[in-house]
Order: sequence, then structure tokens, then C-alpha cells
Amino acid sequence: MERLRRTMMFVPGNNPGMMADAHIYGPDSIMLDLEDSVTMAEKDTARLLVYNALKSVDYGDTEMVVRINPLNTPYGKKDIEAVVKAGVDVIRMPKTETAEEVIEVEREIERVEKELGCVGRTKIMAAIESALGICNAYAIATASPRMMGIALGAEDYCANLKTQRTPDGDELRLARETIVVAARAAGIDALDTVYSNLNDMETFRKEVEFIHRLGFDGKSIINPRQIEVVNEVFAPTEKAIEKARTILAAIKEAEKKGSGVIAVNGKMVDRPVVIRAQRTIDLAIASGILKEEEVK
Amino acid sequence: MKFKESFAGTLESGDILVRLLPSDKPGLTINLESTVAYQFGSQIKSVIKETLENLGIESAVVDVTDKGALDCTIRARVTAAAVRATGKDVWAD
Repeated sequence: MERLRRTMMFVPGNNPGMMADAHIYGPDSIMLDLEDSVTMAEKDTARLLVYNALKSVDYGDTEMVVRINPLNTPYGKKDIEAVVKAGVDVIRMPKTETAEEVIEVEREIERVEKELGCVGRTKIMAAIESALGICNAYAIATASPRMMGIALGAEDYCANLKTQRTPDGDELRLARETIVVAARAAGIDALDTVYSNLNDMETFRKEVEFIHRLGFDGKSIINPRQIEVVNEVFAPTEKAIEKARTILAAIKEAEKKGSGVIAVNGKMVDRPVVIRAQRTIDLAIASGILKEEEVK
Repeated sequence: MKFKESFAGTLESGDILVRLLPSDKPGLTINLESTVAYQFGSQIKSVIKETLENLGIESAVVDVTDKGALDCTIRARVTAAAVRATGKDVWAD
């Protein structure tokens, strides 16, 4: 089954207390940050904290991501060396605007992996935070076989567009839809931007429901309280699960009889329907609603 | 090895504040202040000693205020202080 990325929890890389405990709350991924949440004076120590945490803390099945500084800063190259040596799962590039930037990061990652004898281990994701990045979204998404996802960074994107963020998110419409389409065309994941008002869980839920409808695979979160809401929204409904089970059972029957096309409840069931049904079941299992044995 | 006084870390919960100074005596003099000094004092000192020795620092005064840091945090903060003190980074330029 494909790895789920419903929640990617941001943890500042200069906060050892948070880094030690973050996985306990059950996010699908943890993103340790060396970039915007760390001041210049502390970049060196944050890098060491992240390196040592990755090497020593048992994060279990949680996917470990580190947001590095860009390669055109004094920090990026050392960030890549440190986190690849620490065995990170994914390197997240901030403010990605071109496919060339991905290739440069990949080159640097490969240089370190060659030293360690583990070429190909580290994956890459790119945060798109500008108009140019949105224009180049598909090129970025397909720039390297290591690319596993693209994400939207709304704050910088809105500043770049010379507009404000609004509760309705009108200003993010094109960016969100572009990221989903580009990610799907590239066969990788699409992650939405953070929602930072922890006092308004109602609006947060509405936003999660909206981006779920748009087709995003998950959302970046900044606090464990947001995890439950995202998991609930992304969990398939009982009705959807029932429908999926009916479809998959009908397909199995049809295959046994050697028949190709089937109808379920009067509707034709073709390949995209079957794929969606299987994904619903996978999500149900991952959400703990169904057990794997129940669906054999 | 010659180096200057340096600091790394904070007094936040789960962290450790490290002050590294040159010493005129051989060996490492570790002054530890910790709420868990009784239970973990020797473990904390042992991690500090091992980290500094691996970096080639065999003579220094280390003033440490611990707020419940894990070993990995101690290693990180001590390494950071050493790098700041000597100007020699552990990562390639």
C-alpha cells in the first residue's frame, strides 16, 4: 500500500524538546525545519540538533522530512550533508522555482550518498511558494525520479502575488489547483499549506474539507491538535467503504467468470472506478476503520 | 587545541546550555547544574566528555545547565559549542 501523507507536522529544528516527542502524536510525516523557523545565528546548532535527533530518536514508521536552506545560502550544502548522513527519508526544498534547482539539490544529495554507499536512498519534495514556481510546477514535479511530492507555501506565495491571504482563499485557487494537477500528472503527492490559527478549528476543518475535495493527499500542520481533524476528514465514509467493497467483490466475481465489463447497481464499472475503490479500502485500513484481514 | 569561549543551547525544557572555555589545566573540567544530577549526572558528563574527545578537545572548562536534555541533544549542543569555539566545522565547506 502507498504511504499515507495526510499530515506533515512542522517542528522547528532548534527546539530539542519538540523534536524528541513529535512522533508520539501520530502524524504521518514529521518535517524538522532548518529554514524559516531558525534564525541565522542558530543555523549551525539547529543542523546539529536535527542530525543527532534523526540518528538517535526512534521515530517508528513516521516519515522523516527535513526542510533545508536553499543551496544559494551559506547553509544549504552543509544541511544536505548532515541530514543525508543522518538517514533522513525526504529532503524538502523551500521556495522552489525551477526544475534546475531540483537537479542541483539532487546532485548534492547524490555526492553525499556516494560517500556513504547508499545512492538513491533520499527522496525530495519541493515547496512551491511563488508565481514562477506555480508556472513551473509540472517541470519541478518531474525534475527527478526522487521527487515524491510538491507542496504549497501560501504566505510567501501571496506576498509574491502582491496580495493578502483571506479566509476564503480565493487568492490561492489557481495555485492549489495547479499543484494538484501537476502532482497527479507527475504521479506524486500534493500537499496543502499550513493553517496557523489554532483558535479557529472550525475554519480549519472547512479548509481541510475543501482541499480534500480538490484532490490534495494531505496538509502541512503546525500543532498536534490539527492531526485528528485532518485524519477524520480524509477517512472514507462508511457509505464509501461499503460501495468500494461491493465494487471490488463484483470485480473478483467477474474475473472468476472470465467476464471483462461489469455493472454494479446499474452503473458500469471500469478501471478508474476500480482504482478509486481500491484506494478507498487502502485509506480505510490506514485510518483504522477496516482491518486488512476483513478485506481479503 | 586553542579556542575561544563559546556558548550553545538554551534554558528551555528538554535543552541544555553549554559554555565552553579554554583551561590551563589538562583534562576536562565539567561543572554540571541539573535537576536530575543525582540520577543522570555521570551519564551527562560521560556524553560531554566523549563528544569533546571525539572532536579533539582534551582540555577545557565546560559549564553546563541541563534542563532535561536527551543524550542526542547534549551531543548536538556540545558539538555546536566546540565548533563555535574552534572555528572548525564538522561538515565540509
